Amino acid sequence: MFDTVLWISVTFLSLAMIGLIYRVIKGPTVADRVVALDAIGISLVSVVALVSILLDTNAFLDIILLIGILAFIGTVAFSKFLEKGVIMEYDRNGDR
Amino acid sequence: MKTNDVILQTVTKVTLFIIILFSIHLFFAGHYYPGGGFIGGLMTSGAIVLLLLAFDIKTVKSILPIDYIKLTAIGLLFAIGTGAGALLFDMPFLTHAYTYVNMPLLGKTSLHTAVLFDTGVYLVVIGVTMTIIQTIGESE
Repeated sequence: MFDTVLWISVTFLSLAMIGLIYRVIKGPTVADRVVALDAIGISLVSVVALVSILLDTNAFLDIILLIGILAFIGTVAFSKFLEKGVIMEYDRNGDR
Repeated sequence: MKTNDVILQTVTKVTLFIIILFSIHLFFAGHYYPGGGFIGGLMTSGAIVLLLLAFDIKTVKSILPIDYIKLTAIGLLFAIGTGAGALLFDMPFLTHAYTYVNMPLLGKTSLHTAVLFDTGVYLVVIGVTMTIIQTIGESE
């Protein structure tokens, strides 16, 4: 019974991710794609959590925090690239 | 043009400690749970990359005055030293030893020389990753 509820949740999350993948492919601007990829990462966190309940293990709980941190760093890096054209500048107060 | 990154810099200052604590947890949990030197080193360098994104390379160099190539060399020295230490006790290369010690605060703790080897892996991963990223970031 409980497994059925979990499988239904995984199905709906997969449908949500398909919608987000549609936005990644179709998205008119790059910003749409970046936001959609960030949301795919967060949906992946939910899928990992549900699958770790289904498999009855807590070995994947580190993965959840890991995906969250990586999605954050990746989104910040991409938005900085869109905003300034460089990801890391040598001296932000200098004239370069 | 001077830009204003107050939100990014404040969030970075708070998040950095969470990421570094998580990487240290992954490093020390490696013997009994998923984790270890490799993923711990990658998460630590991820924290430094977040610092590089929010600030600039010059500021991060003044915060963390580390020569990452030397860090790689120290890590390799740790790994080889752990392996060669077994030769002193008439054992084959890379033989590890462990013992249980009653620490004053931690209780019964297992001390294993594989932790020293893992420290080598941790330092090498941080050194190599940061050398690659900083070398690419500095090039004009």
